[in-house]
Amino acid sequence: MSKSSFIDALIASVVMLILTSWLLGLQLDNQPDGLRIILNDAAHTTWVIVGVILVFFTQLFKAPISRVFSGIKSKGQDSGFKLPAPEEKPTLYRFLTIAALAGLLIWPFVASRGAVDLATLTLIYVMLGLGLNVVVGLAGLLDLGYVGFYAVGAYTYGILNTYFGVGFWTALPIAGCLAALFGFLLGFPVLRLRGDYLAIVTLGFGEIIRIMLNNMTDLTGGPNGISQIDKPTLFGLEFNRRPSSDEATLFHDFFGIDYSSTYKVIFVYLAAVLLVVLTVFVINRLLRMPIGRAWEALREDEIACRSLGLNPTIIKLSAFTIGAAFAGFAGSFFAARQGFISPESFTFIESAIILAIVVLGGMGSQIGVILAAIIMTILPEMAREFNEYRMLMFGLMMVFMMIWRPQGLLPMTRPKMEMRNG
Amino acid sequence: MDNKLLEVSGLTMRFGGLLAVNNVALEVNEQEIISVIGPNGAGKTTVFNCLTGFYKPTAGQVIYRGEPVQQLPGHVISRKGMVRTFQHVRLFKDMTVVENLLVAQHRHLNTNFLSGLFKTKSFKKAEAEGIERAANWLERIGLAEFANRQAGNLAYGQQRRLEIARCMMTQPSLLMLDEPAAGLNPAETDELDELIVELRDQHKISILLIEHDMKLVMGISDRIYVVNQGCPLANGTPKEIQSNPDVIKAYLGEF
Repeated sequence: MSKSSFIDALIASVVMLILTSWLLGLQLDNQPDGLRIILNDAAHTTWVIVGVILVFFTQLFKAPISRVFSGIKSKGQDSGFKLPAPEEKPTLYRFLTIAALAGLLIWPFVASRGAVDLATLTLIYVMLGLGLNVVVGLAGLLDLGYVGFYAVGAYTYGILNTYFGVGFWTALPIAGCLAALFGFLLGFPVLRLRGDYLAIVTLGFGEIIRIMLNNMTDLTGGPNGISQIDKPTLFGLEFNRRPSSDEATLFHDFFGIDYSSTYKVIFVYLAAVLLVVLTVFVINRLLRMPIGRAWEALREDEIACRSLGLNPTIIKLSAFTIGAAFAGFAGSFFAARQGFISPESFTFIESAIILAIVVLGGMGSQIGVILAAIIMTILPEMAREFNEYRMLMFGLMMVFMMIWRPQGLLPMTRPKMEMRNG
Repeated sequence: MDNKLLEVSGLTMRFGGLLAVNNVALEVNEQEIISVIGPNGAGKTTVFNCLTGFYKPTAGQVIYRGEPVQQLPGHVISRKGMVRTFQHVRLFKDMTVVENLLVAQHRHLNTNFLSGLFKTKSFKKAEAEGIERAANWLERIGLAEFANRQAGNLAYGQQRRLEIARCMMTQPSLLMLDEPAAGLNPAETDELDELIVELRDQHKISILLIEHDMKLVMGISDRIYVVNQGCPLANGTPKEIQSNPDVIKAYLGEF
C-alpha cells in the first residue's frame, strides 16, 4: 500500500462519485409545470456512498487482491480440468451415457410438472446449441442469424399444421429439410466472407426472416402469430382431453386411464429426449468422419485446406446446411411444445443466447455445449427473484467466464487415435 | 522429352501497375528436383501462387501433364497432383498430428454420410487404412510418438516436416516447397535435404523448390531457375548457375 496506490484509489473514488451521483443521486420529477431535477431519496444516496467507499478500498488493496486471484488462476491452469478423450476411457463414457439416459428417462416421473416443462425447454436449447456448434464451434463460421433457421422450422410446422393439418412427426423432417435448404441458400452469398463480415450478413439474414414473418400477415398471421398448433401424438394417439376430430383416439381412452394434462407434458418431454439423443448421436459421428475433420480444418486454416485439395465451398455449405437442419428440428419442436408461435420468439437475443451457449460450453465440445445449455436455461429461471438484474447477472457470468475459463466450461478434447506402435 | 510433368510459358502476373511476374517459363520433368531462386521480392512465391491456383495469372500457360490448369481453382489443381507448402507453416494447429494427416487424405477416405453414421465395415476399413498410411509417414519423419499431440505444440522443425508429410498424404506427383529450410538449424536442414532426395528417388515425385539456403539448393537441384524482379534471369544446372555472371551480380554475390 504505497502512496501512489492511495492516490489511485482517491482518483477512482472521485470518478465513481461523479459518475454515480448524477446517475443515481438525481431524479427527473414530473411536476405540473414541467420536468424538474430533484435529489433522489436517501436510500440511493447511501448506496452511492457505500459504492464509493467500496471502490476506494478495492483500489487501495488492488495489489494484494490481484495476487490472491492470480494464485487461483495459475492453480486453475495447472490442473485445468479437461475431459479425457472417449477413446481413452470407453467404460467411463459408456457409464456416463447410460447414467445420463437413465436420469433423463426417470426425471419426468419424479419431478414436478413445471420442472419437466423446463427440462423440455432446456432440451430444445441443447439441440440448438449442438446445431450451432457445428457452424461456429467446428467450422468456425460466426453465425449470428441462427435463430432464422429456428424460425423457419417452427413456422414450417405451424403453417403445415394450421393449413394442411399435417401432424408433428410428418412435419418434423420437412421442417428440418426446409431449414437446411435455407441454410444452403444463405451459405451461397456468404461463401467468400469470414469472421466479422460473415457475422453481420448472418445477423441480417436472421432479421430478414423475422421481419418477413411479421409482414406476411396472410400466411403467418403477422405479429399475432399462429396459435393452436397441435401437440405431438403417440402413433396417432392424442393427448387432449377431448378428441380433435371424430376418428382421433385419445391416449387416456386407449389405455383406459383417467385424463391428466401431465401425460402430455411428459410425452412432449420424452419426444424431446429422443430428438436430442438422435442429435447427439449424429453430430458425434459426424465429428469423427472426414467431413467433421474437414470442418475443423476449415476453421483452422482455409488456405491450407484448399492447398490439400479440399473444396472449401462444399465444406462451408455442408456446415451451414447441417447446422440449419438441427435448428429446423428444434424449431418445429418448439412450435409443437408452445402451441403458439409469433415472430417475437425469434428475435436476435435468441441467437445471442444460443451463441453464448456454444461459447460458454467450449467451442466444438458437445458435452460442454449440453452443460452450458442446461445452465443457461435453468439459471434465468432460478434467478427470477432478481428480475431486472437477471441480464446483469448473465453479463457478469459471461465476463467472469472469459477471465477464468476463456476456453469454455469443458473445452473440446481431441480424439485419440490408436496407432500401430502405440 | 515425353516425361514432361509441368510446362509453364509466358507466365505473367500483374497487380494493378505492379508487374510481379513477367514472362516466366519453367519446365519440370518426372522425378526431378527443380529450384527457383532469386532475391527477396523477386516474385518466386507469386509464381507458386499462380501455379497452384491461388492467383489467376494475368497471362501465360501452365500445362500440367499435357492439360492447361492455369484457370482452375486451387483445390482442383491440388487434386490433380500439384501440392504445395507455404512459406509460413500452415498446419491445423488445434488438431492432432494424425488428424492433420487424415484431413489431407480426405479424398481417399470414405466420405459417404450414411456409412460414417452407422460405422459400416467399409468406413472402418478406410479409416484404418488412412491411419496406417499416416503412421507410416509419421515414422518416416520421426513423429510417431507425437501422433496424438496438438500440431501447434510441436517444435518448429517438426512442424515443417509434418507439413511435408501432410502434402505427401494427398499422393501428389509434384510437390512444391516454399522455403522449407527457413528457420531450420543446420542439422535439420541436412535431414530435409535427405528427405527431399528420398521423395524423388523412392516416391517417384518431382519437387519444385523455392529456397534461400544455397548449400541445400546447389546440393540437390537437378536444375535451377533464377528469377529477378519478376523476370527470368537464367536457368541451368547448379554448376552453370554458380558461374553465371548475371546471377552472381543480382543474387549470389561474389564467392
